[in-house]
This record gives sequence, structure tokens and C-alpha cells, in this order.
Amino acid sequence: MRDLILKDVSFSYPGGFLAVDNINMEIKAGENVAIVGQNGAGKTTTVKMMNGLLKPTAGDVLIGDMNTKNYTTAQVSRVVGYVFQNPDDQIFHSTVEGEVRYGPKTMKLSPEEEDRRVNDALKITGMDIYKDENPLNLPLSMRKFVTIAAVIAMGTEILIFDEPTAGQDIEGNKRLSEILKVLHEQGKTVITISHDMEFVASNFARVIVMAKKKVVRFGTPQEIFWDFKSLEHAMLKQPYVSRVCKELGIEGNIIDIDGAVEAIMSR
Amino acid sequence: MDIIMECKNVTYSYPLTKKPAIKELNLKLERGKFYGVIGENGSGKTTLCAVLRGFAPSFYKGEIEGEVLVEGKKIGEYGGELAKKIGFVFQNPFTQISGVKDTVFEEVAYGLENFGVPAGEIERRVIDVMRMTDIEHLAEKSPFELSGGQMQRVALASVIVLEPDLLIIDEPTSQLDPEGTESVFAIIQKMKEKHKTIVLVEHKIDLIAEYADEVLVFKDGAMIASGDKKEILSDMSLLEQGAALPQVAILGRKLQEKGLPLSTIPVTEKQAVEVIAEALKERKR
Ligand SMILES: Nc1ncnc2c1ncn2[C@@H]1O[C@H](COP(=O)(O)OP(=O)(O)OP(=O)(O)O)[C@@H](O)[C@H]1O
Ligand SMILES: Nc1ncnc2c1ncn2[C@@H]1O[C@H](COP(=O)(O)OP(=O)(O)OP(=O)(O)O)[C@@H](O)[C@H]1O
Ligand SMILES: [Mg+2]
Ligand SMILES: [Mg+2]
Repeated sequence: MRDLILKDVSFSYPGGFLAVDNINMEIKAGENVAIVGQNGAGKTTTVKMMNGLLKPTAGDVLIGDMNTKNYTTAQVSRVVGYVFQNPDDQIFHSTVEGEVRYGPKTMKLSPEEEDRRVNDALKITGMDIYKDENPLNLPLSMRKFVTIAAVIAMGTEILIFDEPTAGQDIEGNKRLSEILKVLHEQGKTVITISHDMEFVASNFARVIVMAKKKVVRFGTPQEIFWDFKSLEHAMLKQPYVSRVCKELGIEGNIIDIDGAVEAIMSR
Repeated sequence: MDIIMECKNVTYSYPLTKKPAIKELNLKLERGKFYGVIGENGSGKTTLCAVLRGFAPSFYKGEIEGEVLVEGKKIGEYGGELAKKIGFVFQNPFTQISGVKDTVFEEVAYGLENFGVPAGEIERRVIDVMRMTDIEHLAEKSPFELSGGQMQRVALASVIVLEPDLLIIDEPTSQLDPEGTESVFAIIQKMKEKHKTIVLVEHKIDLIAEYADEVLVFKDGAMIASGDKKEILSDMSLLEQGAALPQVAILGRKLQEKGLPLSTIPVTEKQAVEVIAEALKERKR
């Protein structure tokens, strides 16, 4: 298992637009981190560099001693799986199962291993009951789970989820939490981009904040969600319960409901 | 009552499906009101939008029963003028981008151009809307070279700018940062002040609680409840079925379980602060 390191990384799109400006990041093998930040901050651009879809125009992206510069996108994507922000950028097959099987099929696994991966991925995402459906007939929220299943089935050591919480209901968010937990237990490194402050507060040990092409800070959710300067800079808000606790003058950097209940009851 | 749109016993099924995606829907939309649509994933919210715009069945095909009336006239009897009357923002912003314009500015102006609005007015309105949606700095960029949230803002702007009488908006904030999300609700509030009718699908119930007038709850293709926001949002079991419990309501309920005497389960942040502060005082006595 390898650490993921971004060293003095910048990226300009072909037209010359600078989207990421000299950032540094270190994500340890087996870590479960969130990336948050304003629209256009450079989050998607950054993670696309992690899986080799984009190559930095300056600096290095290192997976252990593998510098993405020296490998093809296909090679890097064997190590780092990426779930696109827009599921429709990623879906090409006419059944859910076909979509999920596509990746493992290219890997020359034994038929048993291939089946096991496909079935496990369908099950954990709840997509097993839709396996024969055409993904395009499923609601957007479920199309997202189809693409998550497809990436999980690849079995990469690092996984990136780009806004999996967008458009999810309470059940969908619960399922995502569960998936993160299981992947963590399997020792995977998982990087999740999300605009859902509640989800971030309760599912990650470490948060990376991006704003205006830069990384502005790293920290625990407690640190991030009570750092008003960073929040404002990155167009973020505290979770609702934190805002209520702040109004009530309750101390202790509360970020989730259970914490709030405890703090309020002990007043 | 000034009814802008009505569904009379509408049932709709997509092609080759056994189960209807919208079941026996009876709904009247009153002009000038803001309707928040909630419901779990797959409950039929997007299909509802497609029915209200006529895309189901005109585009999606499939079977429809019952009647959809726009200002008293059957929706199928309208031609192109429906596009002027009803603005529609797709759940996936990518679907919204015309693909024929080179810059964000032109993209936002595209609809007005089609409607034959004079150039001077187009420019004024486009600039105004781009400012509201915070995309001015993107004016010269290609609509396809945007981040997800930027694209969603452009999609919304390109419809808002048309100022249609009825706005149907499917999860416009799903990719937006928290600031952007709040500003979308502020924009919709402005549309309401112009007496526009708004149908907005949204999972962020905390914001619906703050801004909407009426709430429609969907489950399994059926509208299981509809009515005044306060009424619907104070019914916990209903919110649970609609998969939309405000954070502060969950907090309130847990505090009650622990024995804190809350006078009511709060649904907005402001209300939460009030009832919790009150209960804490009560307990001290
Ligand atoms: N094009 C289609 N063809 C066949 N069935 C469809 C199609 N689009 C949606 N459906 C089905 O209709 C039902 C309602 O889907 P819809 O997209 O309206 O849900 P939704 O409430 O908008 O969900 P979400 O919260 O994920 O956006 C689902 O069972 C879905 O599978
Ligand atoms: N293909 C492209 N060509 C040129 N500029 C681009 C392209 N794609 C994105 N950009 C720009 O790069 C910047 C960063 O975009 P990116 O998609 O990384 O943002 P993000 O942090 O993921 O935002 P969001 O939260 O909206 O998804 C934005 O200003 C965007 O307009
Ligand atoms: Mg993005
Ligand atoms: Mg939908």
C-alpha cells in the first residue's frame, strides 16, 4: 500500500487556464479523507491528476514511488479508481451489471474472482436489485451508485469519489457511509469530494479545504468547521447543529448531532 | 384562486415499464406560490417535472392518463409558446447546455435570442442574472470547460433569465457549495416577488423549510401529502416517508427522547435555537 503525494503541483487546461496553483498534499495509505471547497476551487482537477486522467503541468503526483508522469492513464487507473462527478460521463453499457463487469473483465481474472468482485460491488451499492436494468432508466442518484459499483469492482488500492452525496436522500447517504466504512476496513485509501457539510462532519477523520486554486488548510472536522476564516474563504458553512450550538453559546466545537445532544443535555 | 397549472388524475408510465412512475396525481398549482417537492430517491420527482412540462410523454413517450392543464388548456394543445411560459431546469446540468454556443455569456443569452428579445435588453438581463448566480467571471469561458457547480449555475441562469411564469427546477443546488446553495434560494425568492410560480425539487429540506410556501411529498410515484409548509413539516412521520428530516428536527427529537422538554420539534435553525433555549431555561426552574 502506497501513500499519495502531490508535490508543488499546478495544472493549466489546454487553453491556458490555470486551475490548480502550486499545491501540496500528502494522503497516507489507508486514509479516509474529504476534500471540500467552493465551486471552481480546483477539486475535480486535482483528483483527476491523482488518477492520471490529467497530468500536472508542473510538479509531481506520486503514488508511492510511481510518478504519474511516467505512466499512461490506463496504468494509473489500475491503482487509483475515479468516480466522475457526472455519472453520465462514465456510463456506456446497456445493463447495470454490464457496466460493473466491464472493468474487471479487462483484468484477466479467474471467472470466479470476476464474479465475486462484480457481485460484491453490486451488493454493497444496493444495485444488485437493478442489475438487469438499463442504467439510463434509473434516477440520477442511482446512476451514481452504478458508477461507484463499477469503480469498486476494479479493486484499486486508492478510490476517489467526486461528489457522491449530490442528490442523495437519507438512505443514499447512509449507504455511502457504509461503503466508506467497508472500504476503510479493507485498508483502501479513499478520497471523497463533497459539498454536504453534515456528511463530511460525520464521516471523515481528516478534511482538506480548497479555495481559489489552492489548498487552504488540512484538519479534523472539528478544526475545520470552527475555523470561520477558512470557512468564509472557501464559501463553506458550518453544519446546522454547529450553527445552533454557536447561537446557543454551547462550547466544545460541536459538529454532529450526537455531540450536540450530549453538550446540550449536560448544560 | 388563480390556478396556473392543474393535474387531474394523472398516471404516467415510461415505455416498456410495468409500474407507473406517477400515480393518480391530482394537483393544482396556484400562481405566485413556491412549491417544494420532496421524496426519496426514485420516488418520481423528476418524472413529475417532466409531466408538468409535457416532456412526459412528448419526449419520453410512454403512456399518460388523465389531464394536464396549463392555464385551463390541455398541455398537448400548446406548441412552442409553452417554452416561454414554463422554464425547466434539468437535474443534470450537462443536459441543459445547448452545445451551439461558444461562451457562457452567449449560452445564457441563447433563449432570449430565440424569443426575439432586442439586443440591448438581452445584454442587460443576461448581465443581471449572471451577477445573481455569480458567474460573471465565466462570461468568456466555453460552457463545456466549467466545473460541475459552475455548469449548474449556468444552467439555472439560462432559464431564470427568461423570466417564465412557471419555473420547474429539479435539484438546482446538488453540486453547489453552501454559499451558492443559499444564493439560489435567494434568487428564487426574487422570482417569487415577481409573482412567478415555482416548483422546486430539493433534498435540502432545511432550505425548503425556510423558503417554500407549500410542500409536496412523493413516495413510490404517489403524492402522499401536500399542503402548507408548516403543516407538512410538523408531521414527523410524513417527513420520514419523504426521506427529508431537517437536521434540527433530528436534533430536537433526540433531545426530547433524553427528556429535554421541547415545546415543539423545530424545523428551522432559528426555531431550533428558540425552543432549545426555552427548554433549557424551563429545566433550570
Ligand atoms: N427514462 C426512463 N425509463 C424508464 N423508467 C424510468 C426512466 N426515468 C425514470 N424511470 C423510473 O421512474 C421512477 C422515478 O424516477 P425519477 O427519476 O422520477 O425519481 P426521482 O424522485 O427524481 O429520483 P432522484 O431523487 O434520484 O432524482 C424510477 O423507478 C425510475 O427507475
Ligand atoms: N476543460 C476545462 N478547460 C478550461 N478550464 C476548465 C476546464 N474544466 C474546468 N475548468 C476550470 O478550472 C477551474 C477548476 O475546476 P474544477 O472542476 O476542478 O473545480 P471544482 O473544485 O471541482 O468545482 P465544483 O465544486 O464546481 O465541482 C474552474 O474555474 C473551471 O472553470
Ligand atoms: Mg468538481
Ligand atoms: Mg430526480
